[in-house]
Amino acid sequence: MTGTIRTDVLIVGAGPIGLFAVFELGLFDMKCHLIDILDRPGGQCAELYPEKPIYDIPGWPSISAQGLVDKLLEQIAPFKPDFTYNRMVSSLEKLEDGSFRVTTDENEVFEAKVVVIAAGGGSFQPKRPPIPGIEPYEGKSVFYSVRRMEDFRGHDLVIVGGGDSALDWTLNLQPVAKSVTLVHRRPEFRAAPDSVNKMYAMQEMKQLEFRVGQVAGLAGADGQLSSATIKGGPEGDIEVPCTRMLPFFGLTMKLGPIAEWGLNLHENLIPVDTEKFQTSVPGIFAVGDINWYPGKLKLILSGFHEVALMAQAAKRIISPGERIVFQYTTSSTSLQKKLGVLEAS
Amino acid sequence: MTKLTFIAHDGTYFDVDAENGSTVMENAIRNAVPGIEAECGGACACATCHVYVDEAWTAEVGEPEAMEEDMLDFAYEVQPNSRLSCQIKVRDALDGLVVRVPERQG
Repeated sequence: MTGTIRTDVLIVGAGPIGLFAVFELGLFDMKCHLIDILDRPGGQCAELYPEKPIYDIPGWPSISAQGLVDKLLEQIAPFKPDFTYNRMVSSLEKLEDGSFRVTTDENEVFEAKVVVIAAGGGSFQPKRPPIPGIEPYEGKSVFYSVRRMEDFRGHDLVIVGGGDSALDWTLNLQPVAKSVTLVHRRPEFRAAPDSVNKMYAMQEMKQLEFRVGQVAGLAGADGQLSSATIKGGPEGDIEVPCTRMLPFFGLTMKLGPIAEWGLNLHENLIPVDTEKFQTSVPGIFAVGDINWYPGKLKLILSGFHEVALMAQAAKRIISPGERIVFQYTTSSTSLQKKLGVLEAS
Repeated sequence: MTKLTFIAHDGTYFDVDAENGSTVMENAIRNAVPGIEAECGGACACATCHVYVDEAWTAEVGEPEAMEEDMLDFAYEVQPNSRLSCQIKVRDALDGLVVRVPERQG
């Protein structure tokens, strides 16, 4: 890699909170660079449930997770943030001048006066289900998330699990797939009762099949599934056609190398104060799902609030002694110039 | 002290003395019984301390509660006698309890 990349603020995680941090920091003229382990912005919103609606974003009665990410990218575009994808941050070192040097798993080196950790649940991975011989099918006919519903069109789809993901995708993919079989080890579900009722109603109308049991074996060739064996149900062992499988066995989230950065931790979360959302190390902030403070709620809207306050504190570090004027985007001509909505005079 | 017996997946027996009030999982960890991982430390937030309760003991041990049932969804090869060992408290009536460790945890 060539040379060190210098920026005002290095943001770890390009989920909704990391993205909105760019906006609040940008209003105070701070330049941001974001690093994310995924190959695109959006974090869990983009990776896990892009097509699912979110109902508690103020001003948006309903917006899809990907829609929210797209709107945030549009909103921060005037500040021209830089992105580095497919990278996990590894080490952090404090330099003599008070700034931080952060290295990625590919040995890129960043230097910034302020580091903002917006890493959500950490670098997360879907849990591999307890199905023997599943590995060769992963990424070919077994998927752990739905990127595009079209990928399932015309397939014999088996969905495994009893939580919201399993039930939601059972309902959403039923019109697209050739057949849908939902497999769960018991007739009780963790998912929202409304989804469960809808699923039973569709089973009643023979639009899908629900089977109690566990997937015990897979058949297919070259990574392409042809059938799955379900056992433990009232009918005994049965084989169902299966050319696509979606197992939902939860996620394991790992804080990863951030755990070694010398920050105080609280059960794999990073404690912060509620004035600046600063960690135990001055100059390193934590916002969104990864932080912890009394009363913390893991909501996107809480993260938005956190970055607004964090930006004020970050400004004091980057431009010490400079007076911080509190302004509204509605009425401040200087903010409007930064946003590009007012012609510079 | 209450006697517990763990049977590891390879058939090895682990006879341990357990304090009443402790969990079956804690005793497995303390005695390094292989195959009990207990990632979450006993918060009923993972399914890596899954055991099969010996048929002779299922009635005395009892049924899992709803939250434990939810977590068992993530366990490997769940059977009617499956329990999460962090949710079984040791008491006098369980003296002699036998549990088997599954082939793997999740």
